[in-house]
Amino acid sequence: MTATEAVPRAAGTAPEISHAHTLRQVLQVQSFQILLVLMVIFLAFTALAPDVFPTWGNVRQIIQNVSILGVLGIGMTFVIVTSGIDLSVGSNLVFSGVVAAKVMQAMGGSGWGTAIVGIFVAVGCGLGWGLLNGVLIAKAKVPPLIVTLGTLGGALGLAQVITGGVDIREVPAVLQDTIGYGNVPGTTWPTISLIAMVLILIFGTVLHRTRFGLYTFAVGSNEESARRVGVKVDRQLISIYALSGGLAGVAGILSLSQYGTTAIAGQSATNLNVIAAVVIGGTSLFGGVGTIFGTVIGLFIPAVLQNGFVIVGIQPFWQQVAVGAVLVLAVYVDQRRRAAAARGQSAKAEGKKKLFGRRSN
Amino acid sequence: MTTIPVLEARGLTRSFGNVRALDCVDFDVNAGEVVALIGDNGAGKSTLVKALSGNLALDSGKILFAGGEVELNSPSHASSLGIETVYQDLALAPHLNAAQNMFLGREIPKPGFQGRLGFMDNRTMRAKSREAFDELGATVRSLSDPVGSMSGGQKQAIAIARAVAWAKGVIFLDEPTAALGVVQTKNVLETIRRVRDKGVGVVFISHSMPHVIDVADRVQVLRLGRRVATYEAKKTTVEELVGAMTGALDGAHS
Repeated sequence: MTATEAVPRAAGTAPEISHAHTLRQVLQVQSFQILLVLMVIFLAFTALAPDVFPTWGNVRQIIQNVSILGVLGIGMTFVIVTSGIDLSVGSNLVFSGVVAAKVMQAMGGSGWGTAIVGIFVAVGCGLGWGLLNGVLIAKAKVPPLIVTLGTLGGALGLAQVITGGVDIREVPAVLQDTIGYGNVPGTTWPTISLIAMVLILIFGTVLHRTRFGLYTFAVGSNEESARRVGVKVDRQLISIYALSGGLAGVAGILSLSQYGTTAIAGQSATNLNVIAAVVIGGTSLFGGVGTIFGTVIGLFIPAVLQNGFVIVGIQPFWQQVAVGAVLVLAVYVDQRRRAAAARGQSAKAEGKKKLFGRRSN
Repeated sequence: MTTIPVLEARGLTRSFGNVRALDCVDFDVNAGEVVALIGDNGAGKSTLVKALSGNLALDSGKILFAGGEVELNSPSHASSLGIETVYQDLALAPHLNAAQNMFLGREIPKPGFQGRLGFMDNRTMRAKSREAFDELGATVRSLSDPVGSMSGGQKQAIAIARAVAWAKGVIFLDEPTAALGVVQTKNVLETIRRVRDKGVGVVFISHSMPHVIDVADRVQVLRLGRRVATYEAKKTTVEELVGAMTGALDGAHS
């Protein structure tokens, strides 16, 4: 590297090297645009209901409500960056929760011993479904849309078989008291949100700073080029779907703790809500682009809308309309940006092909 | 003089359905030599390169690396021997930046514990990339922009720089000058000579006969999946090469 200094550089290249990384991060424009949208929404509700909306109690409520979706959103971001999709997260959450609840029920007791076994069982179940997704996608070459549509049905069906369709309502008290409703000791910060935040920070770092993250982007950007330079594409995909599944397992135990029931029927739209948040946050369905930060912002927009509409007395059903509009707008912006960046390349056709049939050859 | 070729193909055959893309083709390249591989469209040049870079399964035939027989069953196996290829379609990841593409699959980890956790030494990789691009005289304006937003020439320069940086035995350049301007073409030809002088075998595929005669030491001609002639570049002419490619005259001293 001593040699670089001696070589004359073209004007304007030198400063870029020093902040290349921060610059690149900042240029992930969409997540910042969407942050502005969130701030506008927040300020609007603050103006409409200044006494109720911007209080810590209310904001805390919002943060608590998005925590479980946040855990799912991490895995979904990884998956969508590879130009894949995981429809099975909601069912996987239910299945993991059901099996964990059954095991804990059989063990009896409401202490940490039982709870810890339950946590491991839930994460294990989630991982199992995720691995199954990954192997079918990477090795059997079935498109992710189809594989995870299959496991969506499979996991939910089996959860109902196991319980006979009746929710289990026995959840160890420690889970409910500490994780479900508890605060971090000495604060009013919900424990469940702390767990989500820690996971978000860890996997955000993995995605944006490590080799595993780089390979995730490489696979989503150009699978063939990644393969040619020796990236183990199949193993990468399996790991990513396993990650998504494992996090769905974590979300399963969090959901049990928060609601005290397996809520089998309560997760039918979870997958779509998470996908919408990831896409609103600027992750491209066509792969190669995305941030965990954007996903977090993308989760807050529907949550803040829902909360705000209730407070200001608008029918909360409008939330779905508003989220739908934001979603379409976000994808429109993404498309425009891609078209500008690709300059004549057939990126759109490429992307569509990838989404519906992963393998081009 | 009995030099062992760094890479040699003997009787490679590969059919796609009824089409014999490679028909018992022979090929060899020595260390520190530029071999031009020429032939009309469909002569089997790209297929041969794929076979020799681990991207194609063969029906029959032998590949020898430095005199020893090898099975090239994957691109990463070929890279591990020091065989690198610049493909016509470039094979870069468009959303990654130049430095990330340069080191994709060969990232430099941070020293110590952080490295084992998968953190990468981006500073060193960027510096080394810049060094490699400067050495090539490549005008890669930004190391941090995604390469998908760059011009064809810049992408080409990145792809070539990557292959040059890692090739220790043989480098295949499949029409490396096709998308380039005059100055960049000169740079690429200059790079080819420099890589050869480092002792690497260079296989140069091109339709531009003046470039071939300019830069190559030997010229091997493919027609209908066979090597039909080998020439010393210094002692041949464009007419002779074109004649051998099209079959208008039969090459002699192969």
